[in-house]
Amino acid sequence: MTPENRAAYWKANLSLLTTLLVIWFVVSYGFGIILVDVLNTIPLGGYKLGFWFAQQGSMYIFLVLIYIYAIRMGQLDRKFDVHED
Amino acid sequence: MELQTLTYIVVGFTFAVYIGIAFWARASSTGEFYVAGKGIHPIANGMATGADWMSAASFISMAGLIAFNGYGASVFLMGWTGGYVLLAMLLAPYLRKFGKFTVPEFIGDRFYSRTARIVAVACLIIASITYVIGQMKGIGVAFSRFLEMSYDMGLYVGMGIVFIYAVMGGMKGITYTQIAQYCVLIFAYTVPAVFISLNLTGNPVPQIGLGSTHIESGLSLLDKLDAVVTDLGFAQYTTQVMGSKLNMFVYTLSLMIGTAGLPHVIIRFFTVPKVADARYSAGWALVFIALLYTTAPAVGAMARLNLMETVQVGEIGSAEGNLLYDERPQWFKNWETTGLLTFEDKNGDGRIQYYNDKNEEFAAKAESFGWKGNEMTKVDRDIMVLANPEIAKLPNWVIALVVAGGLAAALSTAAGLLLAISSSISHDLLKGVFMPSISEKAELLAGRIAMAGAIALAGYFGLHPPDFAAGTVAIAFGLAASSIFPVLMMGIFNKKMNRSGAISGMIAGIGVTMLYVFQHKGIFFVPGTAFLDPEMGMGPNWFLGISPNAFGAVGALVNFAVAILVSKVTAEPPEHIQHLVEDIRVPKGAGEATGH
Repeated sequence: MTPENRAAYWKANLSLLTTLLVIWFVVSYGFGIILVDVLNTIPLGGYKLGFWFAQQGSMYIFLVLIYIYAIRMGQLDRKFDVHED
Repeated sequence: MELQTLTYIVVGFTFAVYIGIAFWARASSTGEFYVAGKGIHPIANGMATGADWMSAASFISMAGLIAFNGYGASVFLMGWTGGYVLLAMLLAPYLRKFGKFTVPEFIGDRFYSRTARIVAVACLIIASITYVIGQMKGIGVAFSRFLEMSYDMGLYVGMGIVFIYAVMGGMKGITYTQIAQYCVLIFAYTVPAVFISLNLTGNPVPQIGLGSTHIESGLSLLDKLDAVVTDLGFAQYTTQVMGSKLNMFVYTLSLMIGTAGLPHVIIRFFTVPKVADARYSAGWALVFIALLYTTAPAVGAMARLNLMETVQVGEIGSAEGNLLYDERPQWFKNWETTGLLTFEDKNGDGRIQYYNDKNEEFAAKAESFGWKGNEMTKVDRDIMVLANPEIAKLPNWVIALVVAGGLAAALSTAAGLLLAISSSISHDLLKGVFMPSISEKAELLAGRIAMAGAIALAGYFGLHPPDFAAGTVAIAFGLAASSIFPVLMMGIFNKKMNRSGAISGMIAGIGVTMLYVFQHKGIFFVPGTAFLDPEMGMGPNWFLGISPNAFGAVGALVNFAVAILVSKVTAEPPEHIQHLVEDIRVPKGAGEATGH
């Protein structure tokens, strides 16, 4: 593995990471806390939307984020030939 | 069958299963004692992590806090799940690649320093013991209800059982037992939730039921709850904040990064066969955790509604609007026995008035009804989940099941934590630093003695816990957040982070957090030593309104800042350490976890 290859792999990892962590921040701290009052004016069934993000939605999105990360990293591992076995 | 007999049978049966598994799979080598060996599938590992993770705080305490804090308790829901995102992306795969048993081992090697390793052990022990204190509170509540005795007696019985349980097995025994415990606890948690959701909304899925229509009133369930609580002077359920928005933000952050800094969770990711599995394991763990965490808001809201309606049977202020004390239901009497629920007939009318007498406007109105103050003088938040099925009048076998589930949750986490404490002492301190030539057998023995010591200490503080179970656990997360997470993350993502930076960062971070927590909660939680206690007439002296439970995030910031500043003015880490960092950043070439 060349140093350039290694650096490119790390860069790709960091950019994926940053994107996912921005979403992580927005759905929990953004929708669930900072913007909760604004979102609460929108109903979602019997829920207020801000309340729903804080007590339900953020958790579902966290799950999706982890699986996206695991799948995308698996692809990057192969692309840069740094995968195990 | 009578409830008490049924409870004994269900609890007895589940315990027999756990102990049977622990015995069958008991650890014979130090390797097995600390890490369950390889070959544990990510799904199985995720389930065990879930049981390890979901403690008395999640099972017994959290829904109670949601019930009384409404929206404000979202900090626990987001905080204790969002940390897995950080864990999966920032730590788990790299620590797995590094391939050692314990967190201090990584810190010692990465920062080429025995001092760093010792400081890390000290931080871990402080955080873990605080965590076990929180568990002891939950164990005390569960056993006092189960055996119908006082809280203190329940705590002593619980300590004995935790001791037998944790000392017998190591990680290997614990992993298989924890899978069984996960099944018991998730079943016990969701079954009553399904029943109650069906009763109130006609929808069997609690996550949807919470957002559905309340059959009796035709309003949406949450609107109905908002109306019921505000009518009695309490804060509106769906909008009440915990402290302030800033406090909630910091609180959530503290729990999230604490999740990614606690040893008993991180250690789980050393046990998977491959780096890629470490990423998926965090996902599986969160699947199993989210099952309970997305149910909890429904449990909390519905329990609160049922509780209010049990006491306030008729119109507010009408002569017969409140429940007669003599006609109080059996669960009320049972919890009175434990001392965790108390009633005082302030106006001597023989009826129970439960309202918010701190709300001046409503208190004035209450006086005109002849009410002389809130008469439910103590409703310990930690009893809500266990009382919930009884309040909702569910069949006895469901109630017995919930008791068994609560015990499973508390025991599994206490065992995992005690293991982390014992490995810190026997493996990191004795073998790693002070007595490198210690035999395997002596190391195991030292680990077990450390466990016994930790149980005794945690039990002592469990008699006067600094907060509700979940609150105490939150403090533990703050301590882990302020010390361990920042140095782990910088160790991986900042190649230039050096020994002096890491050591000073950890000390500054945990130091600031401990100072803040102790000045409000008592020095080492000893009652009566808090010098900024609001009850001493100091008023809440909270920095920017941030509660002590939430302060770990501030400590973590201090940790990052100090570490970066110090590392800029001291020598760079040696060449081979920078290579080590480059090496853990790629999955290729991961071996099995080793101890040396």
